[in-house]
Amino acid sequence: MNKESKIHDYSAKSEVGFVRTRRTRLQRILLELRKAPPTAIIGLFIIIFYIILALFAGQIAPYGEAEIFPIPYAPWGGDHIFGTDQIGRDVYTRLIYGARNTVGIAIITTILAFVIGGFFGLLAAILGSWTDQILSRLVDVMMAIPSLIFALMLLSIFGTNAINLIIILAVLESTRVFRLTRAVGMNVVVMDYVEVARLRGEKIGWVIRKEILPNILPPLVAEFGLRFCFTFLAIAALSFLGVGIQPPSADWGSMVRENAGLINFAHYDIKAGLTPLLPAAAIAILTVAVNFVVDWFLQKTSGIRDEK
Amino acid sequence: MKNKTIDKKKILLSMSNIHIEGFADERWHKIIKGIDLTLYRGEILGLIGESGAGKSTLGLAAMGFARPGCRFTGGEIIFDSMKLHDMSENQKRKLWGTRIAYVAQSAAAAFNPAHKLINQTIESAVRSKIKNEEQAVKDANHLYKELQLPEPDKIGFRYPHQVSGGQLQRVMTAMAMSATPDLIIFDEPTTALDVTTQVEVLASMRHIVEQYNTAAIYITHDLSVVAQMADTIKVLRYGEEIEQSKTNEMLSHPKESYTKSLWSVRSIEKQEKTNDDIILKVDNVTAAYGSSKVLFNVDIRLPRGRTVAIVGESGSGKSTTARVITGLLPPLNGKVTFNGKTLPAALKNRSKKELQKIQMIYQMADVAMNPKQTVSEIVGRPLEFYQGMKGKVLDKKTIELLEMIELDESFMDRLPNELSGGQKQRVCIARALAAEPEIIICDEVTSALDQIVQEGILKLLMRLQKELNVSYLFITHDISTVKAISDEVVVMFQGKVVEQGSKSSIFSPPHPEYTELLLSAVPEMDPNWLNNYLNSRK
Repeated sequence: MNKESKIHDYSAKSEVGFVRTRRTRLQRILLELRKAPPTAIIGLFIIIFYIILALFAGQIAPYGEAEIFPIPYAPWGGDHIFGTDQIGRDVYTRLIYGARNTVGIAIITTILAFVIGGFFGLLAAILGSWTDQILSRLVDVMMAIPSLIFALMLLSIFGTNAINLIIILAVLESTRVFRLTRAVGMNVVVMDYVEVARLRGEKIGWVIRKEILPNILPPLVAEFGLRFCFTFLAIAALSFLGVGIQPPSADWGSMVRENAGLINFAHYDIKAGLTPLLPAAAIAILTVAVNFVVDWFLQKTSGIRDEK
Repeated sequence: MKNKTIDKKKILLSMSNIHIEGFADERWHKIIKGIDLTLYRGEILGLIGESGAGKSTLGLAAMGFARPGCRFTGGEIIFDSMKLHDMSENQKRKLWGTRIAYVAQSAAAAFNPAHKLINQTIESAVRSKIKNEEQAVKDANHLYKELQLPEPDKIGFRYPHQVSGGQLQRVMTAMAMSATPDLIIFDEPTTALDVTTQVEVLASMRHIVEQYNTAAIYITHDLSVVAQMADTIKVLRYGEEIEQSKTNEMLSHPKESYTKSLWSVRSIEKQEKTNDDIILKVDNVTAAYGSSKVLFNVDIRLPRGRTVAIVGESGSGKSTTARVITGLLPPLNGKVTFNGKTLPAALKNRSKKELQKIQMIYQMADVAMNPKQTVSEIVGRPLEFYQGMKGKVLDKKTIELLEMIELDESFMDRLPNELSGGQKQRVCIARALAAEPEIIICDEVTSALDQIVQEGILKLLMRLQKELNVSYLFITHDISTVKAISDEVVVMFQGKVVEQGSKSSIFSPPHPEYTELLLSAVPEMDPNWLNNYLNSRK
């Protein structure tokens, strides 16, 4: 046998694997950003802008959130850039505070939805058999009911406040998250390395945390972006219907509703007519921006590349 | 094949100074570095080398084709006095399928599941108007017959999923032959098949290529297969030609040391030893997936510190036996005894101690390791889990294990995709060793690896056995691996144990019928082996 090893100098260490340059996380993020398409960059900028608005609403806004001025429906310009609303609150101020309320609640709701849906989805994927059956059928039943109507019903039963709103929307959204997590989780559960962990006698929590979660994170992150948009729109819709975020908290959905009547005055003052469209535009722009970023992320993680 | 004369005047394909680059990791890498290739009419050229040697890339280049992500950077390809390297995609497409055909490794992936076989067989011939449909169907049925497919007149009307893998591979050959091309490129056509099926496919492919005097390029990593097929053999490594010569010469007098090393792989030998101290006993086990039974009264004995190889074709129940032993699949009846004690049937009823003592190594090291964990996490976890090691002690022991498998500290922070195939399998071995097991079940651990790497892994496993007195249950379909490392052999067929015995008794006649078939179907490094095999059957 020694003779052979002289013929070819084989050594396990010198075998060439796929070697790549090691970069720190920050370097990798910067590198990715440099290669990102312009839409994603625009989207990122808009999202950062919204986050700044939400965080520093108190410093940026000229007036208080619920401060009432003597003139309702004041025109644009002067002390009030976008005028005042039906009871004399500054529209510009409320737009800024709206970012905090609407976006903040949407983020909390989405996170909660992912915690609930993700946990049960993985449980269904790992345990399979009847656990999977019960959970999946339950989710099917919940998904069969139109979620907006379901939410309206539950909100009128349990009462309208921010906490109920968050919990109810999170549970309803978690059904979608459940489905996705279960599907991608199933693909990972069948891998040999999960079997190795089970053969070792690892607890289910460890298997989820260490073996499965890191490998399904990319699709979940992408889904998080999309789900955030839907939650955000749902909150706006509920507020528009009057059961969402309650006054005096500023919120874009209810701002659209409260000022909707002004559209009729577009005839006489185009700016007044635009007032209800401002919060609507705020909603639209954020949704588009998040989608830009999600698209980029999805394209990266799904491995679709343009062949040249 | 060896006695046919090749007309040296008629050059069919000449490739000179071919350079091809591939794009990976944001850079262009050289895949083929200036290879020349000449093929005469009716000649079969075998291209061999390890994975990554550029065999398939060169084979496709003979069609004037570069895979997506690859590009030609130099060289000339002249096929029947046409300059392929200058032709447009459209012009080349007219040649493909009609004058140059390609047979891929995985026939199952190459067929459209929604169309009948016959339609796919004749498609290129009919579309290019070489013959009309009626004639093409007639010819195809004739080809099916030549290829010894069952019911040649009817098999074409089946869908791809209705025939077996070996049959599908032959239908694909018929598809390639349908337009009677001048050149066929076979890209590892039998690699995915069982040995007994492989012989049939090889015999029928060779028969048909000779009958139509078609030239062929036969790509494979298996020397004994290429010895049966090729007139000439070309050895590639890292995109360069190592040597080329006639098959006979190449087998008897390889010139380059690299070629010699390819030849020497099967030379590992192990002194057979048996032992009456039985560590693991599988007793009368019957198991089923759902309602279909896959194991029938299986009995296996594993002596301490020895290697028992389980051989059989795919579907023979080898891996299922492993699943029963590990507790992943509780058997319907029968029991597994470890160190004299009956193991609980189901995984969840086994104690940590019992789990620790039986470890497993898998065929595909890529999917047996979490791609998001570093080598130190992968190897360190069993140490932490079973022995409660932490911090410095854990690191020290992990490095010790890596050194035991001939790697070192520098691998600690690597992720699995930064390792080569052999290194991955070594890390899996280290992970199994970390649990300090008494038994390691090796499920086809070398079958996804190149010959030289296989040799390294097998030697490592043998050394570890000597040092740690660990017992191996070695599942494989490769007879040469069995010969290399086992003390005892279990032959399985259709969920039953055909026989168990010491290596020497299993490999010496008389054999039960199935063992005979299995052993005789393994190609040998003798170019006349296939002829002899076929003659002996008649």
